[in-house]
Amino acid sequence: MGSEPRRPPPAREPGAVEVATLAAPAPAGPSPTRGRPELAARLRDYGRRYPTAVAGAIILVALALVALVAPLIAPDPVRLNPINRLRPPSGDFWFGADFLGRDVYARTIYGTRISLTVGLAVAAVSVAGGLAIGLLAGYVRWVDTVVMRVMDGVMAIPGVLLAIALISLTGAGVGNVIIAITVPEIPRVVRLVRSVVLTIREQPYVEAAVAGGTRLPKILWMHILPNTVAPLIVQATYVCASAIVIEAILSFLGAGTPPEIPSWGNIMAEGRVYVQVAPWMIFFPGVFLAVAVLAVNILGDGLRDSLDPRIARRM
Amino acid sequence: MYAYVMRRVVAIIPVMAVVGIFVFLLLHLTPGDPAAIIAGDYASPADIEKIRARLGLDQPIHVQFARWVGQLAHGDLGVSIFSNLPVTKLIGQRLEPTFALCVATIILSIVIAVPLGVFAAWRAGTFVDRATMVFAVLGFSVPIFVIGYILMYVFAIELRWLPAQGYKPLADGFVPFLRSIILPSIALSTLYTALIARISRASVLEVLTEDYIRTAHAKGLSSPIVLMRHALRNAAVPIVTIIGIGIALLIGGVVVTESVFNIPGLGRLTVDAILHRDYPVIQAIILVFSGVYVFINLLADLAYTLFDPRIRY
Repeated sequence: MGSEPRRPPPAREPGAVEVATLAAPAPAGPSPTRGRPELAARLRDYGRRYPTAVAGAIILVALALVALVAPLIAPDPVRLNPINRLRPPSGDFWFGADFLGRDVYARTIYGTRISLTVGLAVAAVSVAGGLAIGLLAGYVRWVDTVVMRVMDGVMAIPGVLLAIALISLTGAGVGNVIIAITVPEIPRVVRLVRSVVLTIREQPYVEAAVAGGTRLPKILWMHILPNTVAPLIVQATYVCASAIVIEAILSFLGAGTPPEIPSWGNIMAEGRVYVQVAPWMIFFPGVFLAVAVLAVNILGDGLRDSLDPRIARRM
Repeated sequence: MYAYVMRRVVAIIPVMAVVGIFVFLLLHLTPGDPAAIIAGDYASPADIEKIRARLGLDQPIHVQFARWVGQLAHGDLGVSIFSNLPVTKLIGQRLEPTFALCVATIILSIVIAVPLGVFAAWRAGTFVDRATMVFAVLGFSVPIFVIGYILMYVFAIELRWLPAQGYKPLADGFVPFLRSIILPSIALSTLYTALIARISRASVLEVLTEDYIRTAHAKGLSSPIVLMRHALRNAAVPIVTIIGIGIALLIGGVVVTESVFNIPGLGRLTVDAILHRDYPVIQAIILVFSGVYVFINLLADLAYTLFDPRIRY
């Protein structure tokens, strides 16, 4: 069943989290020098130990910059120019032109905005939602029973299909896309948070706090919440990667971002008919999409390795 | 053993019940009038009323639910709004291509991924291991439709070895059938292969540190026998688990792959249903796919007992 704690999720197994490793989120590195090592030195040390994570982070920052300054580095992505219909890549049209003569380079650059926005928004909303539900489920027994049954059910529905169904009901739009992708992601976050809570609440220091009369909100805030931060950061990167892919899939299928907004999935969907004569309409946004997802994934792998060395040895 | 099987089978019931309730409620939880949503933006009030009456949306919600469950119990998945055909018939017509594609992909993935993962774990740290891990990360990151179009461009459009699009049913002969699903199943299997290879490697790597592996080596068994009989068998449970969980990704991937390669399967039916806002069809497809997913994971759970006789709870 999709409901057994025994099965290891592809990302990480939170049951194996060690409190000691999580309590120290940043890897201090072997620097026994006196005083605090300088930030630059620490970053250099981190880069040497986890080069792929740094590479992923650099690519993502570059993409974010591209998204921010899109109007400065690219022409108008929606200007029609039928004379340039399906023109192959050249000095004027770096990535070629599409079937309406629009500049594929400009459209791809602007598409970065949609993908990053959706990825970050879905990661943020599903982590926030999953955290709230997971904390509650981990601490209140009757809530746990109900919530986990519902989560098992939602997880039994393949995520892309659930997102498709939600979009077909709510209609296309960036906000609806974010909601539709978030709903199937939430159960994964809930399970993660809940399993951390169930491990931590048995720890002697939490029992001591309970015995000392600390009230529940304070226990959750002071003792439980900090332990969820490291696994949640790692999970958030995987959710982000998955959200970027699913947004592209939804748009590609015609059930995502509205066609008038250039997004990588939309550009590729428009290129479907012209794949034989104008493969650049699919190739360039496809490469951007693959690079963005790859960057988020290797950043996530690096963060997982550095935040939780015990898992790192296994994966 | 018997108790374990029964417990697993019974555990399906609440999951499928939640799936059913969820799928039913989706339409009603969405803001707005369900009949108007299904009718679309250009529907007249009369059209909306017609749809409302036909789907029984004018009745109280518990009556609707009871009627819907009753229909499901009789194997009736409803009637398509767009084509007016029973949904079971629509699904039946589209079953073969999707089934063929999925089976080909699963076989291809397991045959490649498990040996690759075992070999990478056995030679951990070497070039082969690193190459496998790079492939796993890439396969996990490059979206299926990007891979699909690259394959199509190289092998169908440039080299002309294989058909670019379309599906030939098995009835048309085995060779045309096979040629039509080679590229789609390779595209679809990259993600799945990457996932299984990664877990296989991790799982075998952990087992290889066990004492009984050293003992097996010490008593003179050859490496292949140690790997297959001792390591892989003990590492099998996580691998079987991920094969089961991966089905969800596979189902999402089928929808995309069928669109890329123009294969008239359930994925195309899904996409057409979205474009026509044919909600009964979408509802039925989600139920069917979720049921298949849950069932395959039940099989995976039952398979544990074959690999690991200690699992008897």
